[in-house]
Amino acid sequence: MRGDTAMAGPIEIENLTIGYDRHPAIHHVSLMIGRGSLTAVVGPNGAGKSTLLKGLVGRLRPMEGRIRFRGVGDDGIAYLPQQADIDRQFPLSVIDFVAMGLWRRIGLFGAVTRADRARVADALAAVGLSGFERRGIATLSGGQVQRMLFARTLLQDAGLILLDEPLTAIDTKTAADLLDLIRRWHGEQRTVVTVLHDLDQVRGHFPETVLLAREVIAHGATADVLTARNLLRARQMCEAFDDRAEVCDRSSDRPAA
Amino acid sequence: MIWDLVIDPFVAFGFMRRALVGCLAIALGGTPVGVFLVLRRMSLTGDAIAHAILPGAAVGYLVAGLSVGAMTVGGLVAGLTVGLLAGFVTRATVLREDASLAGFYLTSLALGVLLVSMRGGSVDLMHVLLGNVLALDDQAMVLLAGIATVTLVALAVAYRPLVVDSVDPEYLRTVSRTGARVHYLLLTLAVINLVAGFHALGTLMAVGIMIVPATAARFWHRDLAGILVMAVAIAVAASLTGLLLSFHFGLPSGPAIILCAGGAFVLSLAVGPHGSLLARRVHRRHLRA
Repeated sequence: MRGDTAMAGPIEIENLTIGYDRHPAIHHVSLMIGRGSLTAVVGPNGAGKSTLLKGLVGRLRPMEGRIRFRGVGDDGIAYLPQQADIDRQFPLSVIDFVAMGLWRRIGLFGAVTRADRARVADALAAVGLSGFERRGIATLSGGQVQRMLFARTLLQDAGLILLDEPLTAIDTKTAADLLDLIRRWHGEQRTVVTVLHDLDQVRGHFPETVLLAREVIAHGATADVLTARNLLRARQMCEAFDDRAEVCDRSSDRPAA
Repeated sequence: MIWDLVIDPFVAFGFMRRALVGCLAIALGGTPVGVFLVLRRMSLTGDAIAHAILPGAAVGYLVAGLSVGAMTVGGLVAGLTVGLLAGFVTRATVLREDASLAGFYLTSLALGVLLVSMRGGSVDLMHVLLGNVLALDDQAMVLLAGIATVTLVALAVAYRPLVVDSVDPEYLRTVSRTGARVHYLLLTLAVINLVAGFHALGTLMAVGIMIVPATAARFWHRDLAGILVMAVAIAVAASLTGLLLSFHFGLPSGPAIILCAGGAFVLSLAVGPHGSLLARRVHRRHLRA
């Protein structure tokens, strides 16, 4: 199910600084993420991984620098948030939640057609949630919620897919199934950027990695990035970072580390 | 017997019919808004806005007496100002929305009480605080019906983004620019329905018919459509019962209506089929077996 917008990328990030309350969470990030690439974003807690994704999806405005999407508009981006951002107590069925993925197709008022319902059913089947259509989202386990989020992302049919910790706190079977889906998107030439914690998963499945610690420590082939030296440096950088620091004045032409 | 107790008061007395129609209008418009407030964990926001309306209504009252128009405009201006200011302060400073709303509404409430005390007597204050559903005039009836209509149309139009914004606001903001607007729309609907409500039930009780049936309905249905219908049904039943109790026993009508809704709430949380005390007990026994 490739859409017209699937020819996303590359994404050019230039000297990007993003933060909260005027205090930068990531700064001077320059990256080039290739079209159709499968990239893991890793780094210690508080390294700014989610901030980078929120910047890419347009939820946080850059304080400095810019992001350019070559060949993809806003409508070509699918974003899978962390589970904590979702109100799971809301009285909504699984099928209605997943149907949110049709938003760009049906918008505010559009009717859900029979073809749309078939798409939703296909997406649910693809994540192994057939039969869960009428279940309330409050009754799902963490792994099932993650499957549901993937079904919605699948329906969005976007060229650029951003996943924020999609494999955290779920069982190994679910993680394996969802990794298969990520690989399927990669096979369909979609650009996938995923925040991950488990370095073994990254080494096993992700060809490219960005190591982040408020700024880019390394970016490239996963084996070259995830060295003991880089990981130690990332940890030290995060520990040394001052959360209340103001935006620093560093020229934009300085290359990322 | 049933005719005498239930039907006759409405057949015999025009003010009872008007009161019932007014309450139905408030139930149809205000209660669905209340359901969304409750589901978005903004139950107390309704309460805060209801208090914030007071100085506006008081100014209208002091300027033009018991004029529906003046009190409505005053209430709307005060309610919207406090709602929007609180939203702005939340985005512009470190304060969370509940705290900034509390700051503004308490200030607003004090101003309202001050104004009424300076210029009017305690009877005036009681009128603004408690309303009088048995004295709704034509103008007030048209206003209540109009606000109910506008609210239902607005909810129908914004239903989809409202639901998405309640469950996964981050998602809505990535696929559409309606996110923040939906929040302000809901606040605006809350304000106009509270203004409608205070004509009948007063600023203190108006929020009751909005929120109490919504909290009760959660125990009866798992899906949003069911909760919405149930909440309106509870609000209508409470209005009818409250009005009859007030008629037969000479009770003040506003508090009687909200007390009936409160009774439905207590009953629902005790024996409702979903998540009530009884339902949880049965569920635990089932798990043990």
